[in-house]
Amino acid sequence: MIGADSRPIRTSTLLLRLLAFAVLAVSLMVVDHQGQHLRQIRSALSVLTYPLVTIAAIPARVGGWMSEAFTSEEKLRQRYLALEEQHRILQARLQQYEALEVENRRLRSLLGSATRVADRAVVAELIEVSTEPFTRTIVINKGSSDNVFLGQPVLDAYGIVGQVTEVSPQLSRVTLITDPGHAIPVQVTRTGLRTVLYGTGDDDTVDLPFLTASAKIKKGDLLTSSGMGGRFPPRYPVARVTEVINDPNEAFLQIKATPLAKLQHHKEVLLVWPGKTEPKPVESP
Amino acid sequence: MNVSALTRSRLIIAATFVVALILSVVPVPTWAEQFRPDWVGLVLIYWCMATPHRVGIGSAWLVGLLQDVLYGALLGQYALSKTIIAFLAVKLHLRVRVVPPWQQALAVLVMLAVGQLFVIWVRAIIGKPVLGFSYWTPSIVSMVVWPWIFIILRDIRRRGQVS
Repeated sequence: MIGADSRPIRTSTLLLRLLAFAVLAVSLMVVDHQGQHLRQIRSALSVLTYPLVTIAAIPARVGGWMSEAFTSEEKLRQRYLALEEQHRILQARLQQYEALEVENRRLRSLLGSATRVADRAVVAELIEVSTEPFTRTIVINKGSSDNVFLGQPVLDAYGIVGQVTEVSPQLSRVTLITDPGHAIPVQVTRTGLRTVLYGTGDDDTVDLPFLTASAKIKKGDLLTSSGMGGRFPPRYPVARVTEVINDPNEAFLQIKATPLAKLQHHKEVLLVWPGKTEPKPVESP
Repeated sequence: MNVSALTRSRLIIAATFVVALILSVVPVPTWAEQFRPDWVGLVLIYWCMATPHRVGIGSAWLVGLLQDVLYGALLGQYALSKTIIAFLAVKLHLRVRVVPPWQQALAVLVMLAVGQLFVIWVRAIIGKPVLGFSYWTPSIVSMVVWPWIFIILRDIRRRGQVS
């Protein structure tokens, strides 16, 4: 390979340019880390990267389409029958649910406490692209043009998936509950114990780090969102406790849990607009 | 050099970067994630060494910023890393490009590893977890694929008369 150009590049200008661009990058990082000032820039740049994301997702989409196209009729029939049966069971349960909801609302109004309005949900499709290594995020095909907002809770059929952490016009990025930087307030349904659940970066393990030996929690306990902090709607399933280790040398219990949402397998997720809580009527003393 | 030749050179270089950016987000199974070479880094090093007057620190910064947006990373994280890689590549291009590709691969490993070191520092500062050895496998895989990347990009450069 022979030099295509004869102009030598002087080291001093090179160093100067390095310094200038490094400072630019560092100041961008500082501003981005501090808050949401760069949201517009990111959103504008994501318009440029949107076609790249779409192209990158093509192989996975074709793969999915192929496997669908070549499924045998027999298999499809079986799946159809199974779904029909499941649908019937769920329908039967729903009848009860509606009656219970009416009863619940009446009881709540008798008690004078706040009633919850049902949450609204929209299905979003996953765009299969990789993200930064060692983080747990997914990209979905709904963005600010579909009224997706920052911090919006995302569910699947089995539990809470995560929350929206980046919104651009056509896409948004969802940080999963298993991301090492994610935490969600939860409650043990059996005892009412409230705590915070942290992601570990591992797909089927989450952590409950700050519970002492006196905490009422055991293997098999169901953890639901507690609604504390106001970001996630309350009473949605999150995880199930798989392991409680009481090591006397440690200050806290070592508790592991498995997320209930099928974080690895979904093609679709539910975006939720939490229903507003009607204000509690003021009681006269 | 006339204007159309210059435009063609720029277009070809931009196209290789676009392909590299797409390859960096094409989905692979989770276990294979750590074996994905740093496509953008490899393409960047090639152009910095072959045409240092055309691709340098400025272009590296821009491509890095696009990678940040694609990855949903902290804005500037990959921009900084790619800037450092481009600096090393331009600085060493006269010394590295005279040796055969498999020897160049060692220099490529060093450049990419230094770039990754900056990413790790940033991640450590903002409190994201820093993982063990598997974090460095992309650089090693990149070193292994470098000779092929080199040959492919050299062909592209000669066919397209990029200079």
